[in-house]
Order: sequence, then C-alpha cells, then structure tokens
Amino acid sequence: MNINMQSSNKVSLLKELLKLLPEDAVLHQAEDLHPYECDGLSAYRHLPMIVVLPNTVDQVQSILRLCYEGGVPVVARGAGTGLSGGALPLENGVLLSLAKFKDIINIDAKRRIARVQPGVRNLAISQAVDQLGLYYAPDPSSQIACTIGGNVAENSGGVHCLKYGLTVHNIQQLKIITIEGELLTIGGSGLDSSGYDLLALMTGSEGMLGVIVEVTVKLLPKPESAQVLLAAFDDVVKAGEAVGNIIAAGIIPAGLEMMDKLAISAAEDFVHAGYPLDAEAMLLCELDGTNEEVSEHVSKVHEVLQQSGATEVRTAKDEAERLTFWKGRKAAFPAVGRLSPDYYCMDGTIPRKQLPRVLKTMADLSNEYDLPVANVFHAGDGNLHPLILYDANIEGELERTEEFGGKILELCVEVGGTITGEHGVGVEKINQMCVQFNSLELTQFHAVKAAFDPQSLLNPGKAVPTLHRCAEFGAMHVHKGELPFPELERF
Amino acid sequence: MNVDISQQLQQQVQRACEEKVALRIVGGNSKAFYGCDISAETLSVAEHRGVLSYEPTELVITVRAGTPLKTIEALLDDHGQVMPFEPPAFSGHATIGGIIACNFSGPRRAYAGAARDYLLGCKIINGKGEILTFGGEVMKNVAGYDVSRLMAGAMGSLGVLLEVSLKVLPKAETESTQMIHCSSADAIEKMHTWSQTPLPVSATSFHDSILRVRLSGANKAVMAAVDQIGGDAMQNADQYWQDLKEQRLDFFNTEKHLWRLSLASDVESVLVENTDEDDFLYEWGGALRWLKSDMPAEIIQAAVAELDGHASLFRRGSVFRDGEQSTIFQPLTPGLMRIHKNLKQAFDPHNILNPGKIYSEL
Repeated sequence: MNINMQSSNKVSLLKELLKLLPEDAVLHQAEDLHPYECDGLSAYRHLPMIVVLPNTVDQVQSILRLCYEGGVPVVARGAGTGLSGGALPLENGVLLSLAKFKDIINIDAKRRIARVQPGVRNLAISQAVDQLGLYYAPDPSSQIACTIGGNVAENSGGVHCLKYGLTVHNIQQLKIITIEGELLTIGGSGLDSSGYDLLALMTGSEGMLGVIVEVTVKLLPKPESAQVLLAAFDDVVKAGEAVGNIIAAGIIPAGLEMMDKLAISAAEDFVHAGYPLDAEAMLLCELDGTNEEVSEHVSKVHEVLQQSGATEVRTAKDEAERLTFWKGRKAAFPAVGRLSPDYYCMDGTIPRKQLPRVLKTMADLSNEYDLPVANVFHAGDGNLHPLILYDANIEGELERTEEFGGKILELCVEVGGTITGEHGVGVEKINQMCVQFNSLELTQFHAVKAAFDPQSLLNPGKAVPTLHRCAEFGAMHVHKGELPFPELERF
Repeated sequence: MNVDISQQLQQQVQRACEEKVALRIVGGNSKAFYGCDISAETLSVAEHRGVLSYEPTELVITVRAGTPLKTIEALLDDHGQVMPFEPPAFSGHATIGGIIACNFSGPRRAYAGAARDYLLGCKIINGKGEILTFGGEVMKNVAGYDVSRLMAGAMGSLGVLLEVSLKVLPKAETESTQMIHCSSADAIEKMHTWSQTPLPVSATSFHDSILRVRLSGANKAVMAAVDQIGGDAMQNADQYWQDLKEQRLDFFNTEKHLWRLSLASDVESVLVENTDEDDFLYEWGGALRWLKSDMPAEIIQAAVAELDGHASLFRRGSVFRDGEQSTIFQPLTPGLMRIHKNLKQAFDPHNILNPGKIYSEL
C-alpha cells in the first residue's frame, strides 16, 4: 500500500469510526497513539493507524464489522503487559483496546464462578471474592496489572500451575466477537458442552481467532493453610533432583520455584528476604491445603530436601516470613533488571530431567555471547525463565541477545520441550515456531485461523509464521546440515 | 504389545482420501453405543499400541492411541500414580485413544478436571493423511493453537489419534466415603457448602435418597474431613465408585434412554414431563445428572437449554427411532455450527473421518 492510499483509507475509516464511537474513544494523532506503540516487549514498536476504545459489546461488533468490510487488520489489546509482542500494533491497522471493559458482571459464590469483562485485572478478581473465601488460581507475575482477557488470549500461568493449572483449566465460558462481528457464546453453565472444545482452542490463541468480550472464570476455595520451605543447594543439579524427589514422594506442591546464584543475589540485594547468598541454587516449595495435610507434607518435604543434599532447609516461621520468602522470588525480574541496563526474559519449557544439560549448554552460550544469564525457573512444571542481561545502547547487543535467546529456545525444543510455556509466541518467537513445527503443522494452524478469520484480519502476522518466513529463517539456520522445509523454493 | 502401525494407518487414510471413502475409526470398539451411527469402512487403531515413554517424576506418560486403558492404569499403579480424571472404560477393551476422542471422565472430574485437562499433546493423522504433532510432553506449552485439546471430544472427526501425552498425578494416600440420607434439595445444598471450603472432596453422588461423598488426600486431612462431614462410613466404597463410573449400578439398568445432562451444579431440578426423582442420578457436585427418560429429545434438550446447559443421549434405550439420530447431541447455535463446519473442513476437507458421528453437518 502506498502512503497516499494509506492516508486516504485512514481518513475514511476515521469518519466511519466516529459514527460508531464518541470522539474521545477514537485516537488518531501521533501523540495519542504513542502509549500504544508496544506491549511488555518494548524492543518492538509501531504506531497503530488508529486506536479505538469502545465500552460496549455492540460497539466492538460494529468496529469489527467495519474493519471486516474494509479489510482493515485489527489488533486487540488488554493491559499491554504481554511479553512476546502479541499486542504490537500494525501501522495499517486498528488497535482495539478493551481497557474500558472493567466490570465484574456477576459473582456466584455457590457455583464458584465470576462473570467478568475482559479488561478486569487478574488480581482484582481474587480481591473481589476474597471475603467469600474464594480466589482465582492462575497468578502470572504481572497479575496486579494484566487483564483476564489477555490471560485467556495467552493462556497465562503463574507459580501455582503445577497444582492448579493454567488459564485453560480455570475458565468455564467465553463470549467472543468474530471478525464478522458476530457474538458467540462458547461453553455453558455446566462443566462441558456439546461439540468441539472451542474453549480450549480460544485459550492461548493470541487474539488471532476472535475478540474476547466476556470471561466466566472458575473460583477455588482459599486453602486453609499454606506453608513454604526454602532450601539451599551447593549444586544446581542437586536442586533439580530434589524437585523430582518431592514429586516421587507423592506430593504436588502448590508452588515449586528454583533460582540460580545470580538471581538469588539480585533478589536478595533488592528485597532482603534473607536468601542464602553462598548457595548455587535455591528452591522455594509451597504446600497448601487443610491444616492437617500441610503439616504432614511439610515434614515429609523437609526430610526429602535434606536427603537430596540441601545444605540448609528453612520453614517460614510465620505468615510474614512466608510472604518475605515469596517477595524475593516475585521481585526476581525487576531485581535482575537492576544488575544491567536491560534484560531479555525467555520462556522455554523443558522436561525437568533435562535441566542439567540445558543449564550447562546455557552457561556455555553465555560465555560464547559474552552476556550473563540469571535463571528463574518454575521448577515444578519445567518452565524456564532465563534472563539475559544486556545493554541496548551498545551497538548490536540487542541483536546478539536475540540470537542467544533464539538458541536457548531451539535448545528447549531439542530436548523435548517447547519455545514458550506461558508468554506466548507473538512476534518475538515467531522464527522459533519454524523449529518446533514442520510445514504441514504450520499449514494446519493457518487452516484453523482461516476457519475463524478467512481474510486474516485478526492480529495478522503473529504467533504462526508463514512458510516463506520459515524458509528464509531456515536458510540462515542450517541444522545438522539439513535444510528445514526442503519442499519450498528458496529466494 | 508394542506395535507401530502408524504407516499402515496413514496409507489407509491417504487411500480413503483419494477415493473419497468415509472411515469409521475404531479402537477397542467399547464405545460403539455412543454418538450417531455411520456406515463407513473401518479404520482399526487397536493394534497401534505401546507405552512410548513414562517417567514418574516428570508426571507425564506418552502412549500409542490403541494402548488398552487397563495396561496404562496398571503401569501407573505400579508407580503409585493415576490418571486423575478417572476414565470410565465400559469394557475391558477400551483404549486410551477412545477415551480421549470421547473426552470421557469419571467421578473425580468435578474436583480434578476432565480428560482434556490432562492432555498435553498428541500426534494425529488429519483427513489429508498427514501425520502432525501438536502440544508436547511438558505441562506448560503455549506454542501454536491448542489443537491437542481440540481433539478431546471431537470423536475422531478432526483427526485419527496416533499418540497422546497425558499428565498423571500421585494416587491419594487415603480415601474414605461417607453416606448421608437426605432429599435431593439437601444434597445440593450440602455439596455446595462443601465445595466452598477446602475439604478434600474427590467425588459426590446422589440417588435413592443417599448422598455419597468421597474424600481423598493425606491421612490426617481425610480423617479430619470425615469428622466435619458426618454421616456413615461406607463399606466397599471403591467398588461403588467403580460401579458408578462403569455404569453398573442398578440405576443404569433400564430399558429407557439414558441422557447425560451437563448443567449448573446448583440447579434444583430439571423439569421434564413424565419423570420423577428416581429417574435422576447426580454426580460432580450436581453439575452432571443422568436421566432415564423416553421423552422426546427436543423436550429434554429444551428444558436443559433453558438452564444454559447441554443434554446428550448417552445410551439408547430398547426403542430407538432413526429420526432420533439428529438429536443425540444438543444442537449448536448457527454461529457455532458455522465455526464447527469450517474447522471440520480445515482438518478433514474430504469429510472422510467419522463423518456424521457427532452432527450430520460434520
């Protein structure tokens, strides 16, 4: 599209949008668009053509119909906390902000569900049902800011996934608007419904299949008691084995987190949680349930940790200390951020037994690229968050970091894992999708998208790479002498 | 016991695709009663069997789809683990592929999740005869659309399952079941009181004026919960929950149609003409109701739709008319049906995989 055509499109689209929305709900001046130029992955930025801020479902339907008829791409956005560029705007597209959809529509304590609008913050749900003794389990680190609509779009996790599951396990019904502007209700009042599991398909679909306008979440009773153990190890491998030993003892902890030496010292400097600074690795193991269950499991886990070679095992002596132990872990990202001008957060998942190999290779790569890495690890479910420290102001360092990050993700795939556990593909990991999936699988993904969005107007270009993109990426990354996608022409 | 026939299966699908011949996918043929009748060439997956990987401390097992359910259960049991969704078998020949294709889950479902919740990844043959892998063997994985879970409950209409990876969990240390005599309204009330507390409830049922509640977990926790809940301890409770799961209780011995109603757990009663209290059996804290009734599907499905729920004809009674084929599963709204048809087209463009098994349009 040439610039003249684009600007004439913008003018006519603007005119139409202003018929649907009040003037202050349509942003089009550069200074108003800037706050929307990126999400939590700030290395990628574009100004959208127009930002719209509807506050009714009818308006969302009308906006989508308009975009559908005009062939204008649409990117939906919640709080913009995503870490993979999923809400990165398109220069020729409309950015659809769901920020005004902030109402909790209904809380049903008896059925243990809450019907909420997509712009409701994750933590706000738990806060709203706290007095009923209930909570919403998935707790991504950004839960204070991220919205439930974004959580569904990304299938967000958190530190309690091993026991309580991801977003997909904790929602019951969705209302979505298709690109044609049609309102669909997916799921029902029961635990399952007829037909295909569209609830699962929508969850984690990164805004590519429909726009979420309502979410019914499942709530859980707050556990009677929670206790956390902190264990220090002089060897990362021993810490990894301890995780397996806890599970082999028949215990599923509510949270099971590992940090390496660099992450421990960064967190300790930042929040003074009393972490063991001489340890090579540290585990935090949270147990929850009834009082009886927790006390039984605490003594069992204590024993397992000692038998696994922990140099020190501490049990939080009270609720305040439990929260302090967690505070360091929850602040690990910003804490590491203080060590270096910039950091790049990765999100691969691996089978846990591969941890020693992955850590060793990562250390080698860290030397090779001359970039330090701190490791924060959801150890229970194998989700790694290596944080690569770099300085974006140094020419070429971001590119080197991205290449290093890409290698880490490819390593995760090689050992039987995945390139993203909970942050999504977005624009960030789109090349690595070519490593994890072959051309037939990617073609199937595109066909799934076409079933919802035949013109590819919803968040186009994200999450699933084109085969041509993979061919170009593959040409740069010849693996073991074999070209991926041999059936494609090279150009 | 360990046989890979994926190539033969792929060839048969490719041939069917070229010749536009419909295929009826069969594992142990233990669930032939479920869904619509289709006449098609048989694609037998039963010989494609074997455990491909199982590491108890990783909490993941990967198996070929034709692997018998009992083989997997025995292996897990040796390591003190289970499939937490407690899949019903309905025959000694049930395969894991069939369980996943139907998304069947047992009494623990309301408290631990369904088959689809434990599905981490799968390998399939789509309707073009292509072998594709989605998801994986790790618990957290958001790369690409969740095609694996889409397969759960699709009854083979989107792909032939070749392999599945499932999350498994440790078996509960102790289980104990209490029985309380009460009315259905009291039962609903009690189940909801419990569900709002962290009591370790793992199954509930109500029929014949008896509410049964199973508690599972650490010894002390179960003992404390038994005291809190009251009622009488049930003997042979394991057998009871097995019989409920496998539909061997007297309740299920009927000439009438057996309907499966999935609805909000606190619905007091579903009003269907010519039915009374004894025609209902409650599970899943009230969210699943079995109904014995020969009333027309339209009446039952309308009554349940009114409650925002779904009704499906699970087992046919002694009299089944051909016209009832089209109402085995609750009809979809036109908007949802359009998406369903598009998805069917996306996976099976020639309409050869179990066509018409769920809906005639798919």
